[in-house]
Parts: sequence; structure tokens; C-alpha cells
Amino acid sequence: MDKTLNQKAWFLVLPVLVLVAFSAVLPVMTVVNYSVQDTFGNNKFFWAGLEWYAEMLQSERMWDALVRQLMFSGIILAIEVPLGIFVALHMPKSGFWSSFCLVLMSLPLLIPWNVVGTIWQIFGRVDIGLLGYTLDLLGIEYNYTQDIFSAWATIIVMDVWHWTSLVALLAFAGLKSIPDAYYQAAKIDQASRWNVFRYIELPKMMGVLMIAILLRFMDSFMIYTEPFVVTGGGPGNATTLLSIDLVKMALGQFDLGPAAAFSIMYYLVILTISYVFYTVMTAMDKKEG
Amino acid sequence: MDWMAWTWPTAAFFIIIVTTLVIFSVLAVKFPETPRKGVLGMETTRGDRLFITLLGSAFINLAWLGVVSVNQPYALAVCIAYALVVFRWV
Amino acid sequence: MTDATIQTLTAPKRRAKPRFRVKTSTVVMSLYLLFMLLPIYWLLNMSLKTNTEILNTFTLWPNDLTLANYATILTDPAWYMGYVNSLIYVVLNTAISLMVALPAAYAFSRYTFMGDKHLFFWLLTNRMAPPAVFALPFFQLYSSVGLFDTHIAVALAHCLFNVPLAVWILEGFMRGVPKEIDETAYIDGYSFGKFFVKIFMPLISSGIGVAAFFCFMFSWVELLLSRTLTTVDAKPIAAIMTRTQGAAGIDWGVLAAAGVLTIVPGALVIYFVRNYIAKGFALGRV
Repeated sequence: MDKTLNQKAWFLVLPVLVLVAFSAVLPVMTVVNYSVQDTFGNNKFFWAGLEWYAEMLQSERMWDALVRQLMFSGIILAIEVPLGIFVALHMPKSGFWSSFCLVLMSLPLLIPWNVVGTIWQIFGRVDIGLLGYTLDLLGIEYNYTQDIFSAWATIIVMDVWHWTSLVALLAFAGLKSIPDAYYQAAKIDQASRWNVFRYIELPKMMGVLMIAILLRFMDSFMIYTEPFVVTGGGPGNATTLLSIDLVKMALGQFDLGPAAAFSIMYYLVILTISYVFYTVMTAMDKKEG
Repeated sequence: MDWMAWTWPTAAFFIIIVTTLVIFSVLAVKFPETPRKGVLGMETTRGDRLFITLLGSAFINLAWLGVVSVNQPYALAVCIAYALVVFRWV
Repeated sequence: MTDATIQTLTAPKRRAKPRFRVKTSTVVMSLYLLFMLLPIYWLLNMSLKTNTEILNTFTLWPNDLTLANYATILTDPAWYMGYVNSLIYVVLNTAISLMVALPAAYAFSRYTFMGDKHLFFWLLTNRMAPPAVFALPFFQLYSSVGLFDTHIAVALAHCLFNVPLAVWILEGFMRGVPKEIDETAYIDGYSFGKFFVKIFMPLISSGIGVAAFFCFMFSWVELLLSRTLTTVDAKPIAAIMTRTQGAAGIDWGVLAAAGVLTIVPGALVIYFVRNYIAKGFALGRV
């Protein structure tokens, strides 16, 4: 759509600007201020320069959390994206069963995150949970509070359970936009099922899939509540992801300086990814519009 | 504003950022420009290039701090070189 | 990676024979839905059992069906006030978010103005920002202005990600409305305010509904900020649930019942928003 140039539109945006400045700009500035100072908790601050940044960059704790975070995001993307596409390809295209599937698949998306954690915390327990009990019955060693592998498996399966539907729903939306004529043409050409997927369905889904991948990456990158409720970051530090570590540092130990330096670096990474996201989205809008 | 724990250096830092934004806004009004496609294959305006420069500079400073960890001001020289590259070719 | 990819690669080939098409799809969907529903069923199942049954016998459905767990929650103020608190700040947040987002989204969808793209991007970064980064400064900010442990503090804090979300979703819907409608209305002598409320808002009512739903949802599911900003008076249900877990001897039945009750708002409206869920989560861009 052609948009008209109108600088007065700024007035319409002003309320948002003020509100978001209050809840985003002031806090970010504060974090920057904290990150160059030291405090002993009595609201007296001492200049520390770039010390905290240097310390954080050398800190094994932060790098370990970052590695764990990247592993977590990588694994869930590698499972959720193919699985989501796979499910979308098998969804009924229209009618009652389509709605039926949509409603049931969306259910996990709308559950409060801490309840998602609670559900899997219960589900995975060997004494009272269906999953834990069954695994125990099969003789598989499984205990998410003691065993690192079990803990990781639990939070990954939990995330797959929680978010695969989102990828599936987005892929499904992309699939539905393909006109029937394409399929008929493919049929005349006697294209194999794989070729239909590779040359018709996948290209049409590419745009929404990019959004799905970026959304899942971003959201998994700042995940806090679900793994925190299930494992609390343990056993040891095995499932302490970036946000969990940051909250521990900032609100648990009240180490304002290091936590702030950590926050700034975390935020810079997020900003970079957001920029990629935005570029992709605008490119997509342009292609459509 | 006590809780924000302001310091002179950080205040100066934000003032510089805000001033840059204002300057670029004025430039955008005085000399409107059309987006162009650079080496990254995406359309950028002056504002976009400023953003890429600032974001990149932050990472350059962090990298310098992490790898070299002395003579931090020299990192700024790298940033300026980077800024020139961005404004010329991106 | 391996399992899922192999499945996607091989399954379409199997589907090539039309005779098996229906069958594979049904099997795949049934398995997937089973995977989706089993954990939820288990929570529901536990919420209807007594603690003795939960801990002493392993049963696939409640043998000794009881509503006592729900009764505990609905009669104990320490529990049910959690829901009330959550509802208050969630509704406040939804109202604030929509009120400021509506004009802004209109501006973004209709006009170009200086810095519009950068502003739009900046809004997005706030949707993407990790709440963990903001938890500490929010705590200091709201303590210093004396709003700590109030509903409005949480409502304002959640604006951080809900306002951008609402703007993006509404903008997506508004772009679908032809601009000629605006122009005709202005020619007919409508003022901006009258046009917006009388003509434009009814046209995008589904968009407003979807935006409201997602603001509600994201505020409802958030735990970190709401827990950080409250202690007693505005403590949300999510925080009450996690704190109960810390105590020795967890009351599993009540915990499960509390969990089921938090799912209810989403489950109630899920049918009406089913076609918009993808759109809402993708910031109106599908």
C-alpha cells in the first residue's frame, strides 16, 4: 500500500514512545550505569570502569552458560523445525478435523510457562509421573534432578512439546496459501512427492519458516521459567541457561555490576538477532506487498 | 533519579548517542536520501548504517577488551575504520 | 536432528501412493496430538486425585475422584487471591497496551514519517528483549517510585513486550483495510477521532480481539517480572505456585489443580482464536 508522508503521525505514536521509553530506555540506561560501578548494597556506588566487562569476558561461568544456551537453542531448532514441517504436511487442510487439530495443537502454546514447567516436573517424576514411571518400568535410568542427561532430555522434550505446534501452525499457514493449480500442474508432470515438497511446498513456506525459526531462536534464547521450574538450573549447573544464570547473579546474589555487564552483552546479542529478524520480515513484506 | 546511579562517563556516553541521533535526524530532513543496496544485499539508509556502525562498535570494543585487554582507546580507532567501511560500502 | 529429519525426508515419499495417504496422515496426527495431550491429561488426572492416591498407588485415572483440591484453592484466600491479582494486572495491561497501540499502529500502517522504520524496529527489540535483563532495573525503578508490589507496576512492566506486540499485530491487520475507506470518510466530513472509533475500529474488530487476546496471554503466562515486582499484595498465581513447591512435602493435588485452573482462560477462547494463533505469535506477519 502506498503510504502518505505525514509528520503529524508522530503524535499518534507519542503515547507508545513515552510508555516504552519509561519501561525500556530508563532500565537500559540504568543497567549501563550499574555496569561500570561497584556497590556494596547501600546505594553507594564506586567507579569501576570496564572492570566488570573484562571480568565477565574472562568468566568461565558466563561462557559455559552461553555454550549451554547455544546448545539448547540449536537442539530445539533442529528438532522443532523439521518436526513442525512434518506435522504441518499431515494436517487436514480444511473442515472439522482441521479445526479440531488446530485447537488441540494450540493448547500447549497458551499454557502459562511456569505451569508448563510444573506439568513436566510432575510428568517426569519416577514416583508419580506417567513418563518417569513408564521409563522406570522399562528399566531405563531416568532422574531429571540427579542425572545430567535426563535433565537435558526433559527440558528439550518439554520445549518440543511446548513450541513445535507454533512451527507447525506457521508452516501450515504457508501451505494453505499454495493454490490448487500448483498441485494439479505437479500431478500432470507426475512429480514425485519429494519433488512437490522440494519445489512447490518448501519455497512457498520459506518466508513463514524464517519467521518461525527466528521466533523460536529468540524465545529459546531468553527462556527462563520452564527449565527453572523443572530443574532449577541443576543438577549442579548443567541446565543453567543464560537467563537463569543472570537472574541468579542479579536477584539472587545482588551482584549489580557483573550482572549489569552480563546484561549488556546479552542485550547486544539480542539486538543483533532482532536486526536480522527485522530485515527478513521487511524483505518478506516487500515481496508480498 | 538516584536509583539510576548516574556517572559522568555514562551520562556523556548517552549524550553523545542522543546528539548523533539528532544530527542524523536533521540530516535526514535537510538532505533526504533514497535507500541503496550495499555489499550485504539489503537496502540501507543513513540511519541503518549508523545503527550497524554503533552495534558493530560495541562488539569491537568487547572483542578488544576480551582479546587485547589493554589500551582500550585504540579500539575506538578500529571502530572509526569500521564506520568508514560501513558508510562507504554497506 | 536425525529422527525428525529422516521422517520428513521419507514420509512424503510414502505418501506418494494415494491409497496410503489418508492413513499415514491420520496416524501422524494422532500420535502428535497424543504427545500434546498426554502431559495435560496427567495434570488433570492428578488434580482430581487425593494425595494419598497420588503418592501410594499409580493409577491412570482417578479411582477416588475428588474435587477437594479445587475446593482448597477456591476457599483459601492465599490461593484464590493469586488469580485475582493476576487477573487485575493482566486486564490493566491489556487495556493500556491496546489504548496506546491502536493510534500508533494506525500511524505505522497509513503514514510514512521521519524515523518510522527505526521506531518500528526499536519496538520489536523490546518484544525480543529477555525479561531477565530488565528484572533488576525494574525492581529498582518501581521501588524508587513507590509502586513496588502493586498491580499497576506489573501491568506497566509487561507493557515492555505487550505494547510492541500489540502494535505489530494491529499494524498487520490494519494494512488489510484499503486506504480509500479513510479518504472517503474524511471527505464525508468525519473528524479523525470519530472516523477512528465509528468506522475504523469496527472494521478491524477481529484484529483488536486478537491483539487483546495475545496481550492477555503473554501477560498471563509471564512469571519472572511479575514475581520480581511483587511480594504480598499483588502476588500472582504463578509465583504462589512456584513458592509452594519450595516447602517440604509438596501438596501435589493442589498444585495440579492450580495448574489446571491457569489453563482455563486460554482453553475457553482457544476455539475462537484458532485461525489467528499463528498470526498472533508471528507478530501479525503471516
